[in-house]
Amino acid sequence: MKFSFSSEQEEFRSNLRRLLADRSSTKEVRRLMETDQGYERDGWAAINTALGLTAIRIPEAYGGYGLSLGDQCIVFEEMGRALLCAPYFATAVLAAGAIMNAGTEAEQQALLPGIAAGETTATLAWVEDNGRWEADGTMLTATAEGGGFVLNGHKTYVVDGHTADLIVVLARAQQGLSLFTVDGKAGGLTRRALKSMDPTRKFARLDFGGVKAQPLGAAGAAAAPFARTIIEAVVCLANEMVGGADRLREDALAYAMMRMQFGKAIASFQSMKHKQADMLLEVELAKSAAYYAAAALDEGDDDALAAAHLAKALASDAYTQTAIHAVQIHGGIGFTWDNDTHLWFKRAKSSEVLLGDAGYHRELMLQNWAA
Amino acid sequence: MTEINEDTVRAEARAWLEANWIADCGLVEWRLKLAESGWGVPHWPSRWYGRDLPVGLVPVVEEEFKRIGAIGVAKVGIRTLAAATILAHGTDLQKEKFLLRILTGEDIWCQLFSEPGSGSDVAGAVTRADFRGNQWVINGQKVWTTSAHKAHWGLLLARTDWDKPKHPGLSYFILDMKQPGVTVQPLRQMNGYASFNQVFFTDAKVEPEMLVSEVGNGWAVTTTTLMHERRGADALRSWAVASDKPGRIYDEERDEIRTTMEPYKWYPQRVGRIDLLLERARATGKSDDPVVRQEIAKVLSMSKAAEWTARRARTAQEQGRPQGPEGSLGKLASSLVARAAARVHTSLLGPDALLTGEDGPMNGLLAEILVSVPACSIAGGTDEIQRNIISERVLKMPRERTGDTDRPFKDVPRNTVG
Repeated sequence: MKFSFSSEQEEFRSNLRRLLADRSSTKEVRRLMETDQGYERDGWAAINTALGLTAIRIPEAYGGYGLSLGDQCIVFEEMGRALLCAPYFATAVLAAGAIMNAGTEAEQQALLPGIAAGETTATLAWVEDNGRWEADGTMLTATAEGGGFVLNGHKTYVVDGHTADLIVVLARAQQGLSLFTVDGKAGGLTRRALKSMDPTRKFARLDFGGVKAQPLGAAGAAAAPFARTIIEAVVCLANEMVGGADRLREDALAYAMMRMQFGKAIASFQSMKHKQADMLLEVELAKSAAYYAAAALDEGDDDALAAAHLAKALASDAYTQTAIHAVQIHGGIGFTWDNDTHLWFKRAKSSEVLLGDAGYHRELMLQNWAA
Repeated sequence: MTEINEDTVRAEARAWLEANWIADCGLVEWRLKLAESGWGVPHWPSRWYGRDLPVGLVPVVEEEFKRIGAIGVAKVGIRTLAAATILAHGTDLQKEKFLLRILTGEDIWCQLFSEPGSGSDVAGAVTRADFRGNQWVINGQKVWTTSAHKAHWGLLLARTDWDKPKHPGLSYFILDMKQPGVTVQPLRQMNGYASFNQVFFTDAKVEPEMLVSEVGNGWAVTTTTLMHERRGADALRSWAVASDKPGRIYDEERDEIRTTMEPYKWYPQRVGRIDLLLERARATGKSDDPVVRQEIAKVLSMSKAAEWTARRARTAQEQGRPQGPEGSLGKLASSLVARAAARVHTSLLGPDALLTGEDGPMNGLLAEILVSVPACSIAGGTDEIQRNIISERVLKMPRERTGDTDRPFKDVPRNTVG
């Protein structure tokens, strides 16, 4: 399904869009973004269970629906449109992805059903102060102690890290790169919510002082499952971004159609029309790439990695550029706090950088390009 | 009646081809047979050489042709636009006279729309058609006419009523190019080629039965032709590839393609030759330069995404779903890709960008890219017109108020040349 969606998928999309329009109005977004947590457990649980969102890609054996990444990307596109404040990306992609890719059957059985049912929120902590998105930036250590492991070091830019019930941590053990799980309330773990430029997506810094951790998969075998998890996250984020960009574009168009200056709608000025045409082109190209990348990963295509990096690069450029145009089309009012444009503008900026910016992904795309 | 679906159509096409395809045969002879069978243009009406199949099933039939190596009807050039227009608006007499010879490839066609004073504003045509005695008499000038010097027939847009406003004053004709009143001169382009022509009419004649649709309905007919031109633009860009198989019919087809594609020799260069970028980066020792890598990656990603966007549009069409906005973006996207590619080629060339012809790298091919790319943003609707189309037709933004549709055309300030 690289170039179209099935009628079931379209139906799912419109149900989700209706639900989110109802539950994630910008008024609600503004209320939640001012909270320390960034979301509300009950409100999110209601949305999640209505359509089984966290269960989508989790295998049926562990309480999920066993659907594809492409299906999950529909959820992301819609959440991006609605700017939903929820720990979905951290829980259902970063953490659940790491558990599905790295965990043993027993570990998956222990951890995934709670996520599928929406009872557990979770995240993945891998980046440190050196700011590297790759696994090789990992300095945090895991040492064997009394038959288990303890973690020492720090993690930062952890998505929803201050609220997650469960934290998957990338660490350096004697055997090499390894993944562990840690309880959010574990002793020795200090969590601090960081001041996020985008208040609708929060980040935290975590300090580990001898925190007891459970292994996820074999020690020293984390590199491949971690890389897989990140590339899936890259594609999900790209789909979320094109959803947000499309919404911004539509809102800016609606505004231009009703805003009167010099006795006519500003949408009748050719400078506005050509800007809108360019915005549509950029967003549609980014959408095509995001859809293609999800399906290519699902189908295990040779160009799946290149497509994933391509999708994130285009989404980063398109979302940010669309946000800049959207503020400009709104004019003065677009620079005010009361106008909603800045909510998406900030998500665009934040998403542009999260998991690596456009230049970073373009380079990786080229390295994976089959010439 | 058997159900029409992919499987039945495939089986039927395969059976017919296996029973009838022969390589040792004249091209026209084979195509006559093909036209009679309906398999050459299966989406056309069964009354006119087709089989009434849905357009979505045509690729299935094409696959069967490819599988067995069979040659199809003549598909390249303006003749396909002529066929589509005549099918939609022509009289039975016109269909009988022209369609078959279009399919066999015997007739060459050209399109007589653009004028020196009306490019983007095609409806501003001032070439006149006056009904004198018992026929139409044509005077004026057309430009950018591909294959005019070889064409047997031209699709002509001309003004028949100067007291009517712009659009209803236009009519559409089929003009015999091989007559004394028609003079064709080549037009040299900035890249040195002369792929197009100027066509001058001095009391050229058109018989009354060669009027397409009614007097005053020329704009609607023109729109049909242009719609098919835009739709086919991608196909043309992908280049007609001749088979390398031995045999008389393949020889004749190779000849046809060579002749028809001759004016389009530089077309791959005008879209930027992105296929050469990585190779050129390696050849110039710049493939590790991070700036070059970023610029190449930008071009490649835009081009890939444009390709996937076109596939989305085509998939929607094949599934019979309404096309989203993605269907109208291809032309603008390819022109942006071409410009970006030309920039990268320039930086890869370095001082070699100063040279052309046999003194330039790749025997001047790269220099040809640099001076051909500007055509991409102009031909077939400028980037600005594309943006108008996207914003007005797709996004439904207010149409520009024009100053020439509310009064007799004779009172409209006229387009002038330079």
